[in-house]
Amino acid sequence: MTPKKKKIKRKQWIGLVFIAPWLIGLIGLQVYPFVASLFYSFTEYNIMSSPKWIGLANYVKLFTADNEFWYSVKVTLIYTIFTVPGKLTVALIVALVMNKNMKGINFIRTIYYIPSLIGGSIGIAILWKLMFQEEGIINSLLKAIHLPTLHWLGDPKTALPTIILLQLWTFGSSFVMFLAALKNVPADLYEAADIDGASSWKKFVKITLPQISSIIFFNIIMQTITALQSFTSSLVITNGGPLKSTYVLGMKLYTEAFSFYKMGYACAISWVIFIMIMIVTMILFRFSSMMVYYEDGNDF
Amino acid sequence: MRKKLKKRNSVSWVTYTVVLLIGLAMLYPIIWMFFATFKSNAEIFGSVKLLPSSFSFQSYIDGWHVNSKITYTTFFKNSFVMTIITTLFTVLSSAIVAYGFARYQFPGKKILFGILIATLMLPGAVVMIPRYAMFNKLGLVDTYWPFYLQGLLSVNSFFVFMLIQFIRGLPRELDESAYLDGCSDLKVFVKILVPLMKPALFSAGLFQFMWTYNDYTNVLIYINSVKKYTLSLALRLSLDAESVVQWNKVMAMSFLSILPLIILFFAAQKYFVEGIATSGLKG
Repeated sequence: MTPKKKKIKRKQWIGLVFIAPWLIGLIGLQVYPFVASLFYSFTEYNIMSSPKWIGLANYVKLFTADNEFWYSVKVTLIYTIFTVPGKLTVALIVALVMNKNMKGINFIRTIYYIPSLIGGSIGIAILWKLMFQEEGIINSLLKAIHLPTLHWLGDPKTALPTIILLQLWTFGSSFVMFLAALKNVPADLYEAADIDGASSWKKFVKITLPQISSIIFFNIIMQTITALQSFTSSLVITNGGPLKSTYVLGMKLYTEAFSFYKMGYACAISWVIFIMIMIVTMILFRFSSMMVYYEDGNDF
Repeated sequence: MRKKLKKRNSVSWVTYTVVLLIGLAMLYPIIWMFFATFKSNAEIFGSVKLLPSSFSFQSYIDGWHVNSKITYTTFFKNSFVMTIITTLFTVLSSAIVAYGFARYQFPGKKILFGILIATLMLPGAVVMIPRYAMFNKLGLVDTYWPFYLQGLLSVNSFFVFMLIQFIRGLPRELDESAYLDGCSDLKVFVKILVPLMKPALFSAGLFQFMWTYNDYTNVLIYINSVKKYTLSLALRLSLDAESVVQWNKVMAMSFLSILPLIILFFAAQKYFVEGIATSGLKG
């Protein structure tokens, strides 16, 4: 008997046993809740009693009678439009500047990464709340250099930007990713361009950007999904205020579900978030087939 | 040619200075936070001074003792128990599932792998409420089991995906020759693959640790009783508990809460950076 024949005998179905935990989780904790959530969105449901079918009433109320909802949509979109491209642009610029044979690059990378490490914690959200108080350190610093102070978290105009600033502060993880991607761009591409006398800008547009476009695209997608449903910082730093100026959709969803126990209504909100994510993702994918360069010619 | 290349790769001291200054500015909030823990509540406000007038650990002592019944010992213990068990379960389960996907050709594999990728993009907000309703029915609300179960069942498919990619990079001959030597499927995994997967398992574990430790949304939903609170919930409580916030106490506890992450990061920096760089993990 040759080893080759024996190899074929390896029982392939055993693979199913190994993936069983994930499969159970998929059915029980992903597919079922996904379907159930759609069902609940057409019902009146408060967890204690069983759901009561009310058809499209939740959606009708959401779109026509709930002023808070459209306001939340607006806040969420502003939040996403500023955090995602903002964070990625900063990360890309910093990565480009540091993509050189720099001494101590590991140390610098560490410093830049630390905010990402802790930025999502409640401890830092509280720190933010304190720093941007009326008499907080930020205003004290501004006063010291004779700049006008702001109300930051107390003013509906500046509260959301202050929260966006916290997100921008955590650009480090994208930065580390971009830096690694830049290091993988083949050096001979630049050498060839140098011989042809290409300008730095041309090299950036024609070589660097296409070569790292897939990682940028991946970042945009994942961060957009996160941004459209995040609400922790709004909840802890401003509690949605002042005047609901930081009341993102995720927070509305949480409040309807766990403060008012309107689970059906909250599910309808979650489906609006889901559809927003789908639309944005589809636009991005459409866009990416024009913009993203794949080594294997888009065929994977 | 050589000269030209060298020129392109050298860094001027101006760039250096700017890069370091920005780095310092980024760390400034954390440095300020550290010194704020020694200040009095009055000293924190209306002053640009970084250093406290005197170093007193009183805010740590006062902050630690929330009331006569409960201290931060409980919250730290809860956070660590919940985070460590969830992390171990996640890594264990993800590794086994990844092995199944990477090394076997079972029926329906292609479709299932496609679904795995799709679940990466499934927003948590959509499944949150039915998941809660289910755990509620099972009587698991106000326990850490929702977290443990999600770990055991690899609900965060990100780690599965990451480990599949890693196993695919390991030569198949290794486990096949062990298989021919008479090792069982499980033994091949434990004896041959797991030792080789150590760096990837470590990266996955670190990120799961960080995410679970920092998690607020889920503990907010699932944990109700104060004696089961994790640090995130306890810190939030300390903001709401008193009419006038004792910021120095809150800052002291906040600082202590981020300290384990910073220590862990410096101890295992290599794995963090490799994890982000190779698999596109978000922070």
